[in-house]
Amino acid sequence: MSGTHASTAPPSYLVDTGTRKGLMAWLTTTDHKRIGVLYLGAMVTFFMVAMGVGFVMRLVQLTTFQKLISAQTYNALFTVHGVIMIFLFVIPGLPAVFGNFFLPILIGAKDVAFPRLNLTSWYFFMAGAILAVLSLFTGGGAPDTGWSFYAPFSLKTGTNVSLAVFAAFVLGFSSMLTGINFITTIHRLRAPGMKWFRMPLFCWAVYSTAWIQLLATPIIAITLVLVILERFFGIGIFDPAKGGDPLLYQHLFWIYSHPAVYIMILPAMGAITEIIPTFAKRTIFGYKAIAFSSIAIAAVGSLVWAHHMFTSGMSNVAQIVFSLLTMIVAVPSAIKVFNWVGTLYKGSIDFQPPLLFTLTFIFLFCIGGLTGVMQGALAVNVHLHDTYFIVGHFHYVMFGGTVMGFFAALLYWFPKMFGKMYSKKAIYASWFPMFVGFNMLYFGMLILGMLGMPRRYYVHLPQYHTLHVVATVGSWFLVLGLLGFFATLLYAIFKGEKAEDNPWGGLTLEWTIPSPPPVENFDEIPTITAGPYVFPQEAQ
Amino acid sequence: MEWMKQAAISAQKSDAVFFYVFGLSVAFLLFITALMIYFVIRYDKKRHPVASQIEGHVGLEIVWTVIPLILFLSIFYYGWTNYEYMSQAPRESMVVKVMARQWSWSFEYPNGKQSKVLFAPLEKPMKLEVRSADMVHGFYVPSFRLKIDAVPARANTTWFQATRLGAYDIECTVICGVDHSLMLSKVVVVPEDEFKAWYFGGENAPEPGKSLTAAGTPAAPPDEPKGLALLKANGCLECHSVDGKPMVGPTFKGLFGKSEQIKVAGVDQTVTVDEAYLRRAILNPESQVVRGYPADTMPAAELKPDELSQVVTYLKTLK
Repeated sequence: MSGTHASTAPPSYLVDTGTRKGLMAWLTTTDHKRIGVLYLGAMVTFFMVAMGVGFVMRLVQLTTFQKLISAQTYNALFTVHGVIMIFLFVIPGLPAVFGNFFLPILIGAKDVAFPRLNLTSWYFFMAGAILAVLSLFTGGGAPDTGWSFYAPFSLKTGTNVSLAVFAAFVLGFSSMLTGINFITTIHRLRAPGMKWFRMPLFCWAVYSTAWIQLLATPIIAITLVLVILERFFGIGIFDPAKGGDPLLYQHLFWIYSHPAVYIMILPAMGAITEIIPTFAKRTIFGYKAIAFSSIAIAAVGSLVWAHHMFTSGMSNVAQIVFSLLTMIVAVPSAIKVFNWVGTLYKGSIDFQPPLLFTLTFIFLFCIGGLTGVMQGALAVNVHLHDTYFIVGHFHYVMFGGTVMGFFAALLYWFPKMFGKMYSKKAIYASWFPMFVGFNMLYFGMLILGMLGMPRRYYVHLPQYHTLHVVATVGSWFLVLGLLGFFATLLYAIFKGEKAEDNPWGGLTLEWTIPSPPPVENFDEIPTITAGPYVFPQEAQ
Repeated sequence: MEWMKQAAISAQKSDAVFFYVFGLSVAFLLFITALMIYFVIRYDKKRHPVASQIEGHVGLEIVWTVIPLILFLSIFYYGWTNYEYMSQAPRESMVVKVMARQWSWSFEYPNGKQSKVLFAPLEKPMKLEVRSADMVHGFYVPSFRLKIDAVPARANTTWFQATRLGAYDIECTVICGVDHSLMLSKVVVVPEDEFKAWYFGGENAPEPGKSLTAAGTPAAPPDEPKGLALLKANGCLECHSVDGKPMVGPTFKGLFGKSEQIKVAGVDQTVTVDEAYLRRAILNPESQVVRGYPADTMPAAELKPDELSQVVTYLKTLK
């Protein structure tokens, strides 16, 4: 591939300019854009694998596949599905791909603050991923505890929990180092005139996320080390038979893993906030409300972890406090939704695939958020906790929210990243089965949970079978749509039409440079004189 | 859906909050979705070529911060007060000890009676003290909208007052190993006099609610040996068969008098299974695991001395 501009322009980042060529040039790159693409390739691969695992899990629920897949294997499947999706896809998610690629460009910088540390983070990520894969095939086989590794089961099972949690530990370093890098980049490398409130809102979202990554990840790292020590030496931190406390494990696990949910969703919200003004051709509604709600979500979201433990037997006071805080954290999310919808008001809307996925995000995320509020109410939680309702709920948030946001961001920035345009018709065509299948699958799960179907069940009671069939059929549509989506984009990378520098008419800095961007982004660092979404008052 | 009808007061309390949140949620979702679709159509660039650059509106921001906050707080308050009711058992409640283990439930009543399904009198409060012998489990009765985790070394409590006769599913909700999804039982709600007839009726009183359990867990036949009943009540038969069928643990059939390879403190030994071995193996299973079977799996059984003798006597008969 070559640069799209005249020979006087600097070459695109996709062209090897150093002494190394081809694969070696990619594996030793410190260019934030290449590192973003490295993450993208790795993560989409992991996503496909975990999607395949989820597909098989649904087949087991048809019961016809129970001859091929034992209960032990099924338990391993949902653990692997969770570990890959959570730790290798949605947590690194948007920050690793789009944060890396676009954060420096959006604030007018030539790279992140620590480019080599950035590459190191990618290697930590890949090392963690390889360890996670190894844990499936070595020792006692794939872990069977669910991705939450609850003690004492995770301490006693003969499966390879130690290596799997060590993999998560290594992945944590990738997350923390990326967090440090982004915080420093935003503080130190903004272009002249790029004041805090002139930053595109995606940067605010990535900034809030980076703080959670930095502050919360060490807690899970320590917890996982304790699990390993307990498995090998029986130190008795979590095992009640040795004087430990299994609830301590749950607290420590969720002190990280709940804020992690906001690590996953905040950057997606940030991307959505970039997309809407571009296609509504107007400035964002309530810039500061959106910026501060990101900070509020990061702050309050760090204090709600024990709402995963209402039925665990913790104190009544803790139940009340955490239920209250859970309700409060819903407010900034609602504020964002209102401001997004407000931004469509009196716009001049150019309906394109990224906007379709953005509206899909808002719809599905609302269902995810509202079902979350339902469980935040104590009297309802004791019924819905640990059922398929939870599974449905977090797929609405994580898949309907984060992954749809990821897809919207990918569609939005794809022409910039690769300099190619995809077939919009093929994207619309793959959206339809995706949307229908998604709702059959996960709304089916919500109903199953309301009817009392517990999660992580290899066999289900006969009264639940009909809805399981509906959900499984939905999963086929969903997979069909996803395959169509990725195939369309993959085809576009190699055979797509050349994209313009600014195909959507966006105003943020990435649209002022060539597609794909040159190695150091800007010939000359721009000077910023206004906010990010100042469209002209007259029509274009 | 018959099996989801509210069968206890707790179900009414939980559902009331659920429908309140559900109503609000549906209203919110429809409002947002309709507004989005309307804006996208109304302000399409063909109909509305010039966008208005509206930067925000402080009044609106306050409105859509304060109104959701009030609604969310009302949900919190309603959820909390109804939960207070659901979690605080009346003083007159009958206290039943629930023991969870991989992968079975057992219930012990105040007079020492034990059962594999939970018998509960209609319209009488029953308090449950839920414990676990091994992993974290979850005690869940969907028809009561009630759940409490069974955590080792803790006694978590909950209570219910059943309002409908019937047999209702008990399910484990926390992943606890390979047979997690088979860790099921039933709550059998029977008329109070039927419950009393069983409860005060001595060892041989027939179990109540026969007609209700017909579809569920089969009750023990009356001529069952006492040792077998104890094996069932303690969940032993979840992993050991009495007919030679291979399961998680070694079968009991032909066990007595057999030579077994065992590991004692990491050293292989051969022993002949005698009464002393059986007693040790039941009370302290980790000390001598048969080769090829997983260590650290079998929970120590809590049997009284006479019960242990009855079990051992029964095991000897399985030739």
